[in-house]
Amino acid sequence: MVYKSGKNEAGTGKGDNAMNTKNLLQKMILTGLLSISSLVFAASESLYPLDEMAPDLNNKASLQRGMAVYMNYCMGCHSLQYQRYKLTAEHLEIPEEMMLEHLIFDPEKRIGDLMTNSMKGSDAKNWFGVIPPDLTLQTRLRGGPEWLYTYMRTFYVDDSRPFGVNNLVFPNVGMPHVLADLQGKQEKVCKQIPVLADNGGDKRNPITGEAITEEKCGEELIERGYSPLRLVEGSGSLSPEAYDAMIYDLANFLYYTGEPMRQERERIGVYVLLFLAFFFVFAWLLHKEYWKDIH
Amino acid sequence: MNAVQKYFTDMMAWIDARLPVTETYEKHMSKYYAPKNFNTWYYFGILATVVLVLQLVTGIWLTMSYTPTGEGAFASIEYIMRDVDFGWMLRYMHSTGASAFFLVVYLHMFRGLMYGSYQKPRELIWIFGMLIYVALMAEGFFGYLLPWGNMSYWGAQVIVSLAEAIPLVGNELAIWVRGDFNMSGITLNRFFALHVVAIPLVLIVLVFLHILALHEVGSNNPDGVDIKKHLDEEGRPLDGIPFHPYYTLGHDLMAIVVFLFVFCGIMFFFPDGGGYLLEPPNFTPADPLKTPDLIAPVWYYTPYYSMLRAATFELFGMSAKFWGLVVMASAIAILFVVPWLDRSPVKSIRYKGMASRLFLGLFVVSFLVLGYLGTVHPTPGRTLMAQLCTTVYFAYFLLMPWYTRAEKTKPVPERVTMR
Repeated sequence: MVYKSGKNEAGTGKGDNAMNTKNLLQKMILTGLLSISSLVFAASESLYPLDEMAPDLNNKASLQRGMAVYMNYCMGCHSLQYQRYKLTAEHLEIPEEMMLEHLIFDPEKRIGDLMTNSMKGSDAKNWFGVIPPDLTLQTRLRGGPEWLYTYMRTFYVDDSRPFGVNNLVFPNVGMPHVLADLQGKQEKVCKQIPVLADNGGDKRNPITGEAITEEKCGEELIERGYSPLRLVEGSGSLSPEAYDAMIYDLANFLYYTGEPMRQERERIGVYVLLFLAFFFVFAWLLHKEYWKDIH
Repeated sequence: MNAVQKYFTDMMAWIDARLPVTETYEKHMSKYYAPKNFNTWYYFGILATVVLVLQLVTGIWLTMSYTPTGEGAFASIEYIMRDVDFGWMLRYMHSTGASAFFLVVYLHMFRGLMYGSYQKPRELIWIFGMLIYVALMAEGFFGYLLPWGNMSYWGAQVIVSLAEAIPLVGNELAIWVRGDFNMSGITLNRFFALHVVAIPLVLIVLVFLHILALHEVGSNNPDGVDIKKHLDEEGRPLDGIPFHPYYTLGHDLMAIVVFLFVFCGIMFFFPDGGGYLLEPPNFTPADPLKTPDLIAPVWYYTPYYSMLRAATFELFGMSAKFWGLVVMASAIAILFVVPWLDRSPVKSIRYKGMASRLFLGLFVVSFLVLGYLGTVHPTPGRTLMAQLCTTVYFAYFLLMPWYTRAEKTKPVPERVTMR
């Protein structure tokens, strides 16, 4: 962010020393200020358990839908600056003309371009407090697609936040819930859940066999494996199942952009291992031949 | 002799009169007699050579597409991963190769400790080997910064800032190493120069010397028996066989194929190595304002990193960090003098006594435990464990002059044994 590497810092002559000290001082002050501000905006990581999600790169339809969601809802703020349209079109089996017409909204872009957007960093800072990160490698940074899959499904209403929403996976995140119209509003609630028995199961009424419940909120619900969120009926245009499926496609697509060559890697890997196994037989026969006289 | 053969013989004679090609080939390959009782532990030298070549070749090709600047480095790696034909393969080969290099070198060194391959007259081989190890650590360290990910940045930041713990000159030294007041594109540029030119040159020269010294005195073997004591009527060792083709084609080729099988299995199917070969925090560009949750070096440095963190108290007015640095440096330095610490009359662990076996075993366990501790957050219990293991690590070396002398050794056979 403030950090700039390289040429303009290469103080070579003696006269640059005073300049460097001044630069350093400025840098230190700036760094100090920014670390305070980043404490305010950048949020802490939570230990919210992530939902399972098995990505499937063979499911081209899912990847295509995921890309469509991304281009329509995410691309305005989050670039995919390391990925090119052409490679994506090829891997996702989308004809290039179709992609240009329906998925690339910037008329200046050509098929061989990187998937950047036109949001200015300074604007983003004013609007959100942070620059929305590039998401090309997000699933690798988070150790898999599960983080994103859970994150996009755990926004909830929180009036104390600037955009009126907060997130369970990424508390105090600076991002608004862009898909709220589709998912609907989720509220953080307390729920009646079975009392934990001494044996670790649900405590039951010994006569009726019914579970004995108690009200739990927030962290305690999460610890017991219950979601502390409840969807406000009818507030979103998609059913919960349809919304989950859409987020699956989105996470699947970003799993793809994290390492687009993954399928080629695994395909070639099989042939390489087969060749080595085959070659080993001959290396072993050669060994037998040479060593037959050595005892 | 037909015409083609005659032409070939004449040509070789012409060359040999001007350059000792045949002589060198015979000295180092076809008439270099290696003991016939090499076991599995003797594969790792040739495997280290294979990995060295692999790293040099993939490194050259990676350099063709890499941008060594703060602005361009991270993006150029992703460019290699996506847009360069087979770039992903070169990159994964190189990143997996780095770990493979250390793995085979550690096993190679353990073999040396186990069979006393450093003992007279092989002290120089051992010292060249240790210099290779130190150069390799530097090579890995400089190379790790090049992807310019956030872990690259902070890992290098932590290690370079160690210099600051040195009294009086520390701060100036750290600035001199970085070329800047903090890690920057300038640091990246010089690390690039060191990683692709300076250290590889040093490595190649050292490997050359390592092999030259080895071929001068001959290879040790699992029995620690000198095969030159029993020669046939033509002066060839009775227990030796020509390195080429018996070892090259008849032995090592098989091992190289097995090694490549495992290597390719990891490279093609688990290039991240569960976050140990490529760490998740390194998939975001270097950010001086955002420290990763846990800064840990790559696995091959973690034993020393643990030792660094195990020093937790000030002493003689010097900071704990300084003593950590001293412990870490001593842990590596002490390996250089092993040939003079071992006073045993026998070479191989096969004929050494119980004390040597016990200490070697404890040394391996402590090294592995330290390695693990270096990958996790320190807690008071873990720090205590690291201190204990550091003590054991040093005890192996410092007590060596006594236990190798005092223990009862077994009789060494006259000739090598095939087992």
